[in-house]
Amino acid sequence: MKRWHAIGIATALAVVGASTGVVSAETDKSIESIEQYREALRDGNPAELFEAQGEELWKTPAGPKNVSLEGCDLGLGAGVVQGAYAHLPRFFKDTGKVQDVESRVLTCMSTLQGIDVKPLIDAKFNTPEKDRLEAIATYVSGQSKGVKVEVSLVHPEERKAFELGKRMFYYQGGPHDFSCSTCHGQEGVRIRLQELPNIPTHKGAAAGWTSWPAYRVSAGQMWGMQWRLADCFRQQRFPEPIYGSDVTVALSMYMAATANGATMDTPGIKR
Amino acid sequence: MGNPMKIRAASKDGITEVKVLMSHEMETGFRKDASGAPIPAWFISEVTAKLGDKVVMEAQWGPSVSKNPFLAFKIKGGKAGDKVTITWVDSKGDTRTDTATVT
Amino acid sequence: MTFEPLSRRRLLTRAGALGLLATIGTLVTPRLVLAAWNKAAFESKTLPETYKLMGAEGATESGDVQILASDIAENGAVVPVQAVSKLPDTTQISFLVEKNPNMLAALFDIGPDMVPDVTTRIKMGQTSNVVVLVKAGGKYFTATKEIKVTLGGCGG
Repeated sequence: MKRWHAIGIATALAVVGASTGVVSAETDKSIESIEQYREALRDGNPAELFEAQGEELWKTPAGPKNVSLEGCDLGLGAGVVQGAYAHLPRFFKDTGKVQDVESRVLTCMSTLQGIDVKPLIDAKFNTPEKDRLEAIATYVSGQSKGVKVEVSLVHPEERKAFELGKRMFYYQGGPHDFSCSTCHGQEGVRIRLQELPNIPTHKGAAAGWTSWPAYRVSAGQMWGMQWRLADCFRQQRFPEPIYGSDVTVALSMYMAATANGATMDTPGIKR
Repeated sequence: MGNPMKIRAASKDGITEVKVLMSHEMETGFRKDASGAPIPAWFISEVTAKLGDKVVMEAQWGPSVSKNPFLAFKIKGGKAGDKVTITWVDSKGDTRTDTATVT
Repeated sequence: MTFEPLSRRRLLTRAGALGLLATIGTLVTPRLVLAAWNKAAFESKTLPETYKLMGAEGATESGDVQILASDIAENGAVVPVQAVSKLPDTTQISFLVEKNPNMLAALFDIGPDMVPDVTTRIKMGQTSNVVVLVKAGGKYFTATKEIKVTLGGCGG
């Protein structure tokens, strides 16, 4: 019976995937080949170019106060970038909020540099304004490469963010009646050849959380988690969330805390 | 001027392996923008590699080299402390030169 | 980094803006080959025509030329390809994609100080044969590999 079943799937896939030449009998070989392809891309990840730009932006005085971001406190003390990303999101006393890297950088731009960040928040993705934020997030993430994720759930606000993120993850709605968990709440599913991580599990959350920001080869763009999440909202046909808003940080909190103990592998590279 | 390249050059057993990432759109000329207007081609067309003062490679590229190009090649000789210099020129005549020290 | 005559013209134009000093530095750089950017070859639309414009008519398949790439590319926008030649006196390595609008993707003139081993990343609009064309001892040799593309890489 099992065999018939397998042939049935193979036939179905052959029809669907005729142009890609992917049938189930060949899937293992295809996955192996794709792994080879991904390996070839890892050596020489164009994300390095964005890391360098981000570092320059971080260290160059800017804004009405003409100071750099080097005095920014990302949670490990003013000026400490090394390892900071692996401990985000976290609660910050000065803002009274749980913040991820992007929302925290906006705070520093506002308080240290005196920049009006509203236009940056409102700017569309794939614009120079947003690209600068992506580059900074990429630089900060690179300074946590190889560091273990260690996100705190001690503060009540951190706990609250985690629970809100979890609720958002399972919240089903929109014209297609979708939730995050529709795609990211089960094992062994994929779109084309991209495996979809099962986020509620440690392994799935780690696969997702530790590999963003990532360079997307499809369009040659550098995406931070804020962009990744905004695009998930778009695919669910949800309204676009406000950049750095509480619900986006909460989703990151849910993912990061579930990934606790995994090793950051940022910046990543994706198809 | 373009953004800086990332160049890594490492010498091992008498061979210097060079890896370069360049920041460039590499626009094909086949795409259209949001209003339907064609986006003109714009790409790195020439790349030169030097070890010290000596040209070791000259490349000609078309627009089907990927965006943010990656290039890896191997030079006979070269040792730690030597300089590897890469220059690109694009189809608009813009150019960029960066140098790395062999490790 | 000058290619005659196209680049020199460009260079001279730039020199006007940049000042003479920069130009002198560039012009005295020893050249590897005297080749202009091969516009005709890069814009030709068939493989035989491209070969002809590259002076590579009659190129033959050779086991001493290798193309290294994964069988499948997850995204055609970025397809890593490596070319290796074991032929003596290899002076040029090119990558061509049969089913791209223009076949010639990249051409590398290499001096005697180079190991004939070049890696780059190219765009592929669809599943296609990719050809590595090598010039060695004044003759042309090829190696071909089909690379399957699950998602085309030219549409943006």
